[in-house]
Amino acid sequence: MIENTDSFQTSIGALFHSSGFAHISPGTVFMWAVGLVLLYLAISKKYEPLLLLPIAFGIIAANLPQAGLMEPETGLFWQFYHFGIESEVIPPLIFLGLGALTDFRPLLSNPALIFLGAGAQVGVYITFFIAVAMGFTLEEAATIGIIGGADGPTTIFLAAKLSPHLLGSCAVAAYSYMALVPIIQPPIMKLLTSSDERKIRMKKQRKVGRLETLFFPIMASFLIILLIPASAPLIAMFMLGNLFRESKVVERLTNASKNEVMNIATILLGVSVGATMNAETFLNKEVIFIFVFGLFAFIISTASGLLIAKFMNLFLKDKINPLLGAAGVSAVPMAARVVHKVAQEEDKKNYLLMYAMGPNVAGVIGTVIAAGVFLTFLK
Amino acid sequence: MTTKILAPMSGSIMSINIKVGNEIKEDDEVILMEAMKMETFVYAPSGGTVTEIIAVAGADVEEDDVLAIIE
Repeated sequence: MIENTDSFQTSIGALFHSSGFAHISPGTVFMWAVGLVLLYLAISKKYEPLLLLPIAFGIIAANLPQAGLMEPETGLFWQFYHFGIESEVIPPLIFLGLGALTDFRPLLSNPALIFLGAGAQVGVYITFFIAVAMGFTLEEAATIGIIGGADGPTTIFLAAKLSPHLLGSCAVAAYSYMALVPIIQPPIMKLLTSSDERKIRMKKQRKVGRLETLFFPIMASFLIILLIPASAPLIAMFMLGNLFRESKVVERLTNASKNEVMNIATILLGVSVGATMNAETFLNKEVIFIFVFGLFAFIISTASGLLIAKFMNLFLKDKINPLLGAAGVSAVPMAARVVHKVAQEEDKKNYLLMYAMGPNVAGVIGTVIAAGVFLTFLK
Repeated sequence: MTTKILAPMSGSIMSINIKVGNEIKEDDEVILMEAMKMETFVYAPSGGTVTEIIAVAGADVEEDDVLAIIE
């Protein structure tokens, strides 16, 4: 009887030790808490839920001890990460969908607005140099700086190539700031523009012809990829998605790109990014710097876009509303909506939304080019 | 005098807050539009009586399409 009891206790002990419960550490509990906070923000506050929800669940599941989801070679999430992100498959698939969703007509009708999309990348480079001065390596500094472009897939693409250990933190920072665009940008926009400037109404946009929309993705592919070959994976897929859309002959492919392909890629991207976040990589002071620098980069990008618009007004006969500069960060279409809303606070009959989409989509291209420049020099 | 209420940008019509015969004032919120998943009002350019409504709820419109006419 005693022997049986001992053997039973030993079995229970072995079962307990092989379970995850015996391996819970303060670090894993902290990561669960991070995951739960992000889940709350995604579900209750609706902060970028399409990405934050799978990221948050990925963090929790990958930090369950003994589950081995991120075990190299065998773990399920590791395979998602390895074949999806490290092998550069998923971010370009997201860009295929983005291309199928993007209407370049606002940009084509007023090509000068492309300068605002380019100007809003200033924060990326300024933050890069500051992060280098603070002791980060060149690769880490580039990954932190790109957060200022407010483009999640590009941040992930660059991080996976230059600083995989920062990938999770940088992705969460990028998506957090994208979700906070309506809170972060308006004070900067109001600080750097006068009431009269915010009231400027834009000259009517010219109508863009079908040939222009059809040739744009082809010409842009040639020009950008020949200029910055390292940007090829993202630009090629972005422009292919857009060509699907504008050709109007492959509706099934357009719909698949912007719905099924993009949704599946988003799930795999979110889960794998979340799964890269564990206590060892997340619980260090570098992560605090990433969030602070990321925010700084985003603020500088917003400000530089606004200031470049004001600078352009010194030379333009038909003044542009400088608020459009803030849409140069590539959070699409959130930044454009914020521009529209801030302008309407001054003049409710001023409709800037479609004008703001020009610098907004230019910002997407600008951030990819910035990432390509970093890759060219650092890889 | 006849005044046209024009679509200020491309998008779709969410709801129409006026009926033929309504007296409206300048800046009244006459039509609710949606573009880029953002709702925004179209305001009356001047006061008058609504004589015709061309916009249809749910339909897509282009910038400068005539949505309604006021007299």
